[in-house]
Amino acid sequence: MSDLNLLFHGFAVVLTPFNIGLMFLGIVLGVIIGVLPGLGAANGIAILLPLTFTMPPTSAIIMLSCIYWGALFGGAIASILFNIPGEPWSVATTFDGYPLAQKGRAGEALTASFTSSFIGAFVAVLLITFLAPLIARFALQFGPPEFFSVYLLTFCSFVGMGKGSAWKIIVSMMLGFALSAVGIDIVTGQLRLTFGFPSLMKGFDFLIAVIGLFGIGEILLSMEEGLAFHGVPAKINPKVVLETWKKLPHYWLTSLRSCLIGCWMGITPGGATPASFMSYGVAKRMSKDGDKFGKGQIEGVVAPETAAHAAGTAALLPMLALGIPGSPTAAVLLGGLLIWGLQPGPLLFVEQKDFVWGLIASMYLGNLAGLVIVLTCVPLFAAILRVPFSIIAPVIVVICAIGAYTVHNAMLDIWLMMIFGVVGYMFKKLDYPLAPLVLALVLGDRAEDSFRQAMLIAQGDMRIFFSNALVGTITGLGLIMLFWPVVSRGLAKVRGA
Amino acid sequence: MAKHDSTSQDDGRSIVSMRTMEIAIAAILLAFGATFLYSSYRLGFRWADDGPQSGFFPFYVSLFICVASGATLLQAILSKSAAGPATFVERGQLKQVLKVLIPAGLFVLGIQLIGIYVASAIYIALFMNLLGDYPWKKSVPLAVAISVLFFFMFEVWFQVPLFKGYWNLTGWTGF
Repeated sequence: MSDLNLLFHGFAVVLTPFNIGLMFLGIVLGVIIGVLPGLGAANGIAILLPLTFTMPPTSAIIMLSCIYWGALFGGAIASILFNIPGEPWSVATTFDGYPLAQKGRAGEALTASFTSSFIGAFVAVLLITFLAPLIARFALQFGPPEFFSVYLLTFCSFVGMGKGSAWKIIVSMMLGFALSAVGIDIVTGQLRLTFGFPSLMKGFDFLIAVIGLFGIGEILLSMEEGLAFHGVPAKINPKVVLETWKKLPHYWLTSLRSCLIGCWMGITPGGATPASFMSYGVAKRMSKDGDKFGKGQIEGVVAPETAAHAAGTAALLPMLALGIPGSPTAAVLLGGLLIWGLQPGPLLFVEQKDFVWGLIASMYLGNLAGLVIVLTCVPLFAAILRVPFSIIAPVIVVICAIGAYTVHNAMLDIWLMMIFGVVGYMFKKLDYPLAPLVLALVLGDRAEDSFRQAMLIAQGDMRIFFSNALVGTITGLGLIMLFWPVVSRGLAKVRGA
Repeated sequence: MAKHDSTSQDDGRSIVSMRTMEIAIAAILLAFGATFLYSSYRLGFRWADDGPQSGFFPFYVSLFICVASGATLLQAILSKSAAGPATFVERGQLKQVLKVLIPAGLFVLGIQLIGIYVASAIYIALFMNLLGDYPWKKSVPLAVAISVLFFFMFEVWFQVPLFKGYWNLTGWTGF
């Protein structure tokens, strides 16, 4: 009950003219970022983060999280009208969204996609409202061993649930940890892994890595396609919206299923992209009209969009409750918390009530505002994609360079960004996942701290990670996740034989 | 580095195969891991009186990098025909990528020398002109306008000073 009071208090925090203004600004910027290929939510937020250093943290997180919601909405616009996914999580939306648009039903597809995005997000926010405080309260009893085991579980989940080579996931993750270790060791004060370069003393900033890997890397990939956009005109009017809304309740089962998939994939670090594919696949298998999928089914738009938005939103749950982000974008927001001087983790719910509940309240309002904005302004946003890529590409590079420079006011960071960009391009082409790298880079110091503290308590005895039921269960789950690729292959062999 | 003699029927030719690239990247990562491993070994990765030494955590992290990239390397060497596309990059694609990458590198060098605003204006104008086939009278005004907009946004509104370069060409503005 007291949680509801706190939520209302949160609404009071959000409903100041300044915060509402930031919310709308965030949504509009977010949709633009979502529409443009090469500028995604993670690097968009990373670029804008330095501009919020001087803002009150609550206002800053409201603006940045609204960019995230906007980007989740915006990805669908490019997918449906141009057959180009503006964001990786809207790839599955192109399968049925673009055929619908070609048939002249773009308005329907857009309405269905925005509405189901909203529903997915809404369910995930409800989940956060009621579950996050409980988890945080529970996690208050956590000590260093428990925290390290949660980190272990998070990172092992990448291996267990990721597609592709488990070795590559491990390499990418460990590279993130190694880069986070570069610089001064805060415990002993020794310099680590700097190889005599004084400029490496500060270490690698994850914001630079995010801007390079996702921003520059994405531009290079987009260029490979030699982009030329051929779009379908965006027509949307109140009549179409109302008619589509009448049809949508038929797909309640698909929606519900997609919400569940999305929330699950968001909390475990699966992320929005696999959630949208999984949800599309499941909907195709379960639907009566499954064979018509891919030719322009509304249901084929509802499923991935609901799941992507639910997953993207639910990724903030572990970030708020435990200080462990569920997606790269959530990781950037977590980095923001550290920069604004807040200590992420379960204590946030005790010490920073205004911040936490203001953020949760802004999720409700932000998504509602987002729905209204995208429904009314689609043609405007679609017009952005008609600007030729030879103008957009250099402008995005300039924005990335400015963003990288403002993090520390260091010229070296712009060079590092370029290097990360080339690495991002190579890694993407060779299927090395980038999300584990970014998450490890953000969480590296904290994971190492909790490991060291646990080791100090136990005097170097690894058995501390199995010393009680709670920590033992989490560590055990983590190890199962880590060895899941081996286990599942074994199971398949046993069944096949 | 690819030469820019554009004969378009060549554009589909594979420059480097997926397998070669897999091997190269895995080998580089292995080398990275080994360097890190050695460095943390030198720092001390054992147990001191006051707890784990500085190199303790990085040591195991780099050990993992070595093992995992070693495994990827072996897989790539042993696989005759890797699943997925066999071509890492085609000639035409590489040309497109280099057309963006090289100017972007020059742009960063430009920032270092003449500052972010002037370099941005030149970069955007040249990019539009050479890659987008825009005439100068369109590209130059637009590029200058974008740069001026950024100037006002950062220097005036947000009051975040950006890099002005070794030869400060925007010093006369007083910011």
